[in-house]
Amino acid sequence: MSTAPKITVRKRSVTRQFELSEFKFTKQDIPQTSDERILKYRQDAWESYENLPFPTLKDEAWRRTDIRNLRTESFTLWQDKGDPVRSPDRFMDPITVGEERSGQLISGAVEDAHWITPELENAGVIFCDFQTAEKEYPDLLDRLIGQIVSPNEDKFTALAAALAHDGVLLYVPKNVTINDPIHSLYWGYGEDQAFFNHILVWVEEGAKVTFVHESASLVQNEQRQLLHDGIVELYVGKNARLNFVELQSWGKNVWSFTRERARVMADANLEWIFGAMGTHLTKNFSDIDLVEPGASARMSGFYFTSGDQHLDHDTQQNHLAPNTTSDLLYKGALMDESRSVWQGMIYVAPGAIGTDGYQANRNLILSKGSQADSIPGLEILADDVRCTHGATVGKIDEDEIFYLLSRGIPRKEAEQLIVMGFFAPIMARIPFEGVQNRFANAVKEKMADR
Amino acid sequence: MQELIIKNLQVSIEDTQIIKGLNLTLRQGEVHAIMGPNGTGKSTLAYTIMGHPKYDVTGGDILLNGKSVLEMAPDERSRAGLFLAFQYPVSIPGVTVANFIRTAINSQRRHAAPPQEDISVLDFRKMLKSKMDLLEMDYTFGGRYLNEGFSGGEKKRTEVLQLAALEPAFAILDETDSGLDIDAIRIVSEGVNALKGPNMGALVITHYQRILNYIKPDFVHIMFDGRIVESGGEELALKLEDEGYDWVREKYVQPQSV
Repeated sequence: MSTAPKITVRKRSVTRQFELSEFKFTKQDIPQTSDERILKYRQDAWESYENLPFPTLKDEAWRRTDIRNLRTESFTLWQDKGDPVRSPDRFMDPITVGEERSGQLISGAVEDAHWITPELENAGVIFCDFQTAEKEYPDLLDRLIGQIVSPNEDKFTALAAALAHDGVLLYVPKNVTINDPIHSLYWGYGEDQAFFNHILVWVEEGAKVTFVHESASLVQNEQRQLLHDGIVELYVGKNARLNFVELQSWGKNVWSFTRERARVMADANLEWIFGAMGTHLTKNFSDIDLVEPGASARMSGFYFTSGDQHLDHDTQQNHLAPNTTSDLLYKGALMDESRSVWQGMIYVAPGAIGTDGYQANRNLILSKGSQADSIPGLEILADDVRCTHGATVGKIDEDEIFYLLSRGIPRKEAEQLIVMGFFAPIMARIPFEGVQNRFANAVKEKMADR
Repeated sequence: MQELIIKNLQVSIEDTQIIKGLNLTLRQGEVHAIMGPNGTGKSTLAYTIMGHPKYDVTGGDILLNGKSVLEMAPDERSRAGLFLAFQYPVSIPGVTVANFIRTAINSQRRHAAPPQEDISVLDFRKMLKSKMDLLEMDYTFGGRYLNEGFSGGEKKRTEVLQLAALEPAFAILDETDSGLDIDAIRIVSEGVNALKGPNMGALVITHYQRILNYIKPDFVHIMFDGRIVESGGEELALKLEDEGYDWVREKYVQPQSV
C-alpha cells in the first residue's frame, strides 16, 4: 500500500482561510474482528483515509457544500451502549402500525437487535449486523463487501469503510421472494458522537425484496454536532427486483456524508425511494450502475428543509449496457434560510444503444431566504438513445393561494395543501401509508412553526 | 334575512380606477344578474367582493349584514358566507377535488362559533356524492387533481360543486356560462337553481343573456364604465339580447374632454 504523505491539503492551505483538522480517530478505532479478510478491508480503508485529503470547495462535486465548520476534532466514537436511549416508537414503525414485516434490525446508539421470520431463515435469507455476519458468514461478507463502493472514493467513504461498527447485511438467495418488507432502523444519539455504518444489500438472481432503511436521531444539545458517515452498497442480480426505501430524519445537529451505489444486472429492476428531512448538512452521492442489457431503475427523492439546513444530493445514472432504462425524479420544498443542491448526471457509455434515461428535479421555494440549486447533466457517448432532463425552481403561485383562501381555507393550511400536492406524485410511489403520513405530519409541523 | 350591500364602491387596479361608485343590495333568496360589455368592471366587482389583493378599494364599502368586509381576508369572507365561482379556476396539482372540498368544509367548521368537529369521512362521502348527482358528475371526479386537465365545462361544474358543498349565503357567479356549450350551461344552471332558495342569494355576472333562460333573475342590472346604469327585470336582459349593448354605450358614454 502506498504511503503518500498528506501533502495535498497542506498545499492548499496557502490560499485558504483555514482548513479542517484531522479527526481524532486512530487506527485503534477500527472495529476488531476475528476475520482477517474483513480486518484487512478495514485497515486498507484506513490507509486510504489517511492518504486522502478532505474535499474542498475547489472539488467540483463539493463546490456548493462548505464543510469547514465541521468540528472534526470534537468527535468520538459511539461506544457506550450501557445507557441506550430508546428510539421513539414512531421510528419503529415507518411502515404502518400492525402491518406485517419479514424482519427487523435496530442498530446505532441502542442495543443491537435483529430478526427475520423462520421461513426466510430456512430459505437461506441472511439479515443481520456485521458483528454477527463476521462470526457466522465470514466468507459471504468477505465476498460481498466493497464490491460496489470502493473505500477509496473519498476521505469520508474511506473512513466509513474503516470504522463502520454498525453494519447491515441483507442477503437474498436466488429466486427467493420476500413479500412483507424488511425494516432497519439506525438510531443516533448523544453529543460529539460519530456514527459510521455500512449497508450491504445483495439480491441474487430472480429474487424479490422490499427493504426499508431509516436513519434518525434525537437532538440532545443543538450546539454539539453529531457525525454520520455511511456507505450503502446494493446489488440487484439478473431478473431480480429490489425496492429500497431510504428515509433520513436525522436531528438538526447531524452532519451526514453518504456514498451509495447500486449495481443492476440484466433485466433486473431497482425501485429506489429516498426521503430526506433531517440533518444540518448532508452530502450524499447516489449512483445507479445499469451494467447489463435490460436493467432498469427508478429513483424517487423528496426533501423538505427549514432553518439553516443544507442538503446536497449528487446523483448519477450510469447506462453501461444496451437497452437500459432509468427514471429519476427529485422533489424538494425549502423554507427559512435553508438550501438544497441537486446535481444529476445521466451517463451513457459507448455502445449503450437503446438507452432511455430521464431525470428531473423540481423545487418549491417557500421563503425569500431559501435557495435551491438544480444542476442536471447529460453525457452521451452512444447513438440511438433517448435522454431527457428537466429542472425547475419555483414559488407558490399567489393565484392558487387566493383560490384556496376564497374557499375559507386559512393561508397556512392553503400553503400546506399546495406543498403536499407538490409532493403527491412522489408520495404515490411510496408503498407505505405510514411513511406518507409521517412525512405529511413533518411538513405540517415544520410549516406550522412559521 | 341576510343582506349584502355594496355602497358607492370605488376600486382601482394599479392607480387606474375601474369601479366608479357602484351601488347594489342583494338579499338572500334573490337572484340578481349583472350584464355588461367586456371591460366595464364586472369581474373586478366579483374579485373585489371576495377580497383579491390586487384590487384596491379607494372608496365606499361592502357590508355583509351591516358589517364591513373590507378589512377581512378572503378566507374570512368565505367563512362569513361569501362564495365566488371563478371565471378561470386555477388548477392545484396534487390536491384532489375531494380533499380540497373536505379541507374547505372543515375550515368552516373549525372557525364556526362555537367550533364544530370535522365532518366524518362517511358523512362527507355521502354529501359529496349527492351533490355530484345533482350536477351529473362522475364520482371519479373526487379523486382527480383539482382542475388539472379539466375541460372548460368540467371546471365550471366543479365550481358549482364547491358552491353546493359549502352552501354560502351569497354566491357570485363570474361568467360561469363563458366557454360552455348549451348542455353544460343547462347542467350548471340546474345545479344553481337547485341551490337557490330562501338561504342563498346569487349574483350572476354574464355577458350573454342565454344563461338567464335557465337561471331566472329577479333583478337585472346593466353595468357600464364602472357603474350600474340601468336596473330592471328580466325584460332588460331580453332587450340586450335583441339590441346588443350599443344603445347602452350611446346613452352612457362619458363625453370626451378635449
